[in-house]
Amino acid sequence: MGNKQTIFTDEQLDAYQDCTFFTRKEILRLHGRYYEMAPNVVPMDYTKDPDVKLPMQLIINMPELKENPFKERIVESFSEDGEGSLSFNDFVDMFSVLSEMAPRELKAIYAFKIYDFNTDNFICKADLEKTLNKLTREELTAEEITLVCEKVIEEADMDGDGKLGFADFENMISKAPDFLSTFHIRI
Amino acid sequence: ERKKEKKREKIKEKRKRGKKKKKEIKTKKEKKEKEKRKKKKEKVKQKRKKKRKKKEKEKRKRKKRIRLHTNLVEDILKKYRRKILFTNNYFWTLPVDFHLGTEMMVWFLFFLFCDSFQKWMKFQRDFENFKTACIPWEMKIKEIESHFGSSVASYFIFLRWMYGINMILFGLTCGLVMVPEALMGKPYGSLPRKTVPRAEEATAMNFATLWDFSGFAQYSVLFYGYYNNQRTIGWLKFRMPLSYFLVGVGSIGYSFMIVIRTMAKNANDDGGGDDTSFNFSWKMFTSWDYLIGNPETADNKFASITTSFKEAIVEEQESRKEENIHLTRFLRVLANFLALCTLAGSGYLIFFVVRRSQKFALEGLENYGWWERNEVNTVMSLLGMFCPTLFDVISSLENYHPRIALRWQLGRIFALFLGNLYTFIIALMDEINLKLEEEKIVKYNMTIWEASLYNGTIPENSTAPPIQVDPADVPRGPCWETMVGQEFVRLTVSDMMTTYITILIGDFLRAVFVRFFNYCWCWDLEYGFPSYSEFDISGNVLGLIFNQGMIWMGSFYAPCLPAINVFRLHTSMYLQCWAVMCCNVPQERVFKASRSNNFYMAMLLFILFLSTLPAVYTIVSIPPSFDCGPFSGKTRMFEVISETLEHDFPSWFGKVFGYATNPGLVLPFILLMVLSIYYLNATSKSYKEANLELKKKLQSVRIENY
Repeated sequence: MGNKQTIFTDEQLDAYQDCTFFTRKEILRLHGRYYEMAPNVVPMDYTKDPDVKLPMQLIINMPELKENPFKERIVESFSEDGEGSLSFNDFVDMFSVLSEMAPRELKAIYAFKIYDFNTDNFICKADLEKTLNKLTREELTAEEITLVCEKVIEEADMDGDGKLGFADFENMISKAPDFLSTFHIRI
Repeated sequence: ERKKEKKREKIKEKRKRGKKKKKEIKTKKEKKEKEKRKKKKEKVKQKRKKKRKKKEKEKRKRKKRIRLHTNLVEDILKKYRRKILFTNNYFWTLPVDFHLGTEMMVWFLFFLFCDSFQKWMKFQRDFENFKTACIPWEMKIKEIESHFGSSVASYFIFLRWMYGINMILFGLTCGLVMVPEALMGKPYGSLPRKTVPRAEEATAMNFATLWDFSGFAQYSVLFYGYYNNQRTIGWLKFRMPLSYFLVGVGSIGYSFMIVIRTMAKNANDDGGGDDTSFNFSWKMFTSWDYLIGNPETADNKFASITTSFKEAIVEEQESRKEENIHLTRFLRVLANFLALCTLAGSGYLIFFVVRRSQKFALEGLENYGWWERNEVNTVMSLLGMFCPTLFDVISSLENYHPRIALRWQLGRIFALFLGNLYTFIIALMDEINLKLEEEKIVKYNMTIWEASLYNGTIPENSTAPPIQVDPADVPRGPCWETMVGQEFVRLTVSDMMTTYITILIGDFLRAVFVRFFNYCWCWDLEYGFPSYSEFDISGNVLGLIFNQGMIWMGSFYAPCLPAINVFRLHTSMYLQCWAVMCCNVPQERVFKASRSNNFYMAMLLFILFLSTLPAVYTIVSIPPSFDCGPFSGKTRMFEVISETLEHDFPSWFGKVFGYATNPGLVLPFILLMVLSIYYLNATSKSYKEANLELKKKLQSVRIENY
């Protein structure tokens, strides 16, 4: 409608709007944020689909993620190579899933990935301990940690294998009243 | 002679050559022209070929697109459905309700084989972009969210939602009531009801009178009394009294609809009910607020998570301990008793103060100073300031779980405000009755006054030409409706002033004091008393809800109230955003906002219901004033409906309406609705029970497998 931008072609913008929950303005703003993290690496012109990935260190220094104890895990679960480097598509994908408009089921899938530290598709006791330590900055004693982890497995584990599969996790998180409002990053 | 002949022959030959040359030239020209024509034809042919090729290409492209569409459209539909279902998570709702999901289904089938399918998608997307761009204050709220967490931001989102509702109410009252009267009604000074009485003219333009909403402010479109009771006004034949009545009823109806709609939406999002079976899991996976971007807030959040885990662990370990039931029960009873005493005391104080103000009013308000005139309003505002802290102190006796304590607190403050509001209304009713009595006297005096005008020049019982009297000199009835409107407006304005002054003094000056006097003070001001203030979410939300209740009650009598409220909310948003960022610190226990939102909505609904009661009572049972307002001259305000049915609708419509409003039909209908409510309630209870049983089965199955 008159505002000519040369970063993306119209088809690219439409494709982004189809695949994510963002509007056109937000996608352009996201590109601005992606660009200012590494102005010499990220091109302003994305019409040719350049293959540019930013390393994890740059992304976890974003103000939205800086204070998050799970920032490394978040970035790792959205990166294609699992090492934490995000292309622009992964970047947009990440914020789209974490935005307010993503549905509960989608968020649950990614939350499971984030909390699964050893990426074995199960949240086992070790994963729970790591989560707890990150959440409380290691202020709880060892007994308290074991007690909490045991309680969690007792509450959520439905199939009785001693660890949380995706079905258990989803079942538990779908009833959580706070999940949608806390698992949300505004950008 | 031969030479002449030879010359002649030469000349002839020359001519012949010349002719030949001309012929050649002609043929050459013709050839050139032919060539040109041929070239043109060829060009035209090529163009046509190109066009044909283009058309074929487009056809091929269309076929490709259709094939692509049929593959991709399913995916797109799924994503759109998800997006649309959850775009309305915002509290802000625009009046245009664009159900993209269902619309998409219908139009998709139609436009699938049209070229404009893509254009339609683009239009929808642009409209969505436009809608999100219209949402105000998004960046401000995001900033507050990142510093203070989702709980404080929920207050501002609630405020923004209220602003939206008030904008619509303002649009209704302004566009359908105030503007038509201002444009098409009789101007100021043409009728007695539209003119400042002679006695008040001297002070009518003073700032003090205008601030009090009397003088010129009273005799304007802002209040009920200005409106004329002509059935139609202006060249548009705009039915003013009908519009006034319908706007009043319509704004209440709209408010009900939107509150219930938001409540239903929130109930769906809630995730179903009181579940404590995943306590620790939820603490582990949903306690970190991903919105936090500020290191200070993050520190607070880590601390609060740790304490909450420790609390839960302690509770789990001590869940079998028996506490001293009798002591806690006694303390709780004592606390409730104290709270009841406070409530009763405040109610009596309001009642007493209102009685006194009635006495002052009888003796004429001019004899008393500012305090006596504004006693009621200031006392109510002061009570609203101090009683909640008193309730806070009392609640420390009770030793409840913090969330339950907060609910009790909210409930008590709610009762306090309710009691105050209702005593206020009862006082108003007393005043109305007084004014009605006064009206009878004024009516009687009017006849005497009219007779005195004619001064006995014309014998009685004969028609006489009306004498021109300046409208300012005509004796006036006490317009009780305008008086009611004025009271509400004054209350709103004083409430607004109190809030702003509280913010400035209570938060800002305190912060300035703590910040700058910390260097020369004996103890650490920032950590000990008084330190920086925290944002009082519940108090502010309740204030907002009650303010809205007053608007709903008073907007029928003072069409300017929604406008004043829009102004108030607008400035309040900016002032409070600034105050929060500048003077407040994040709370220690970052309060979770998700479930209590429906609690606030429920209170709002209750207040809405209560606010409509007085308005409906006055409409139905009190006769309107005889000389002011759009219903003057009628015995009851709702008669405007029957009048409209008589004049503007065909006769059979009136008959049908008459049958429909027959009590014999209405009562069975009400009975049917009550029965259906009972049935739905029973089915929902049975579903809940079935749900519980299934949960128990799941648990037993889980234990078996374990």
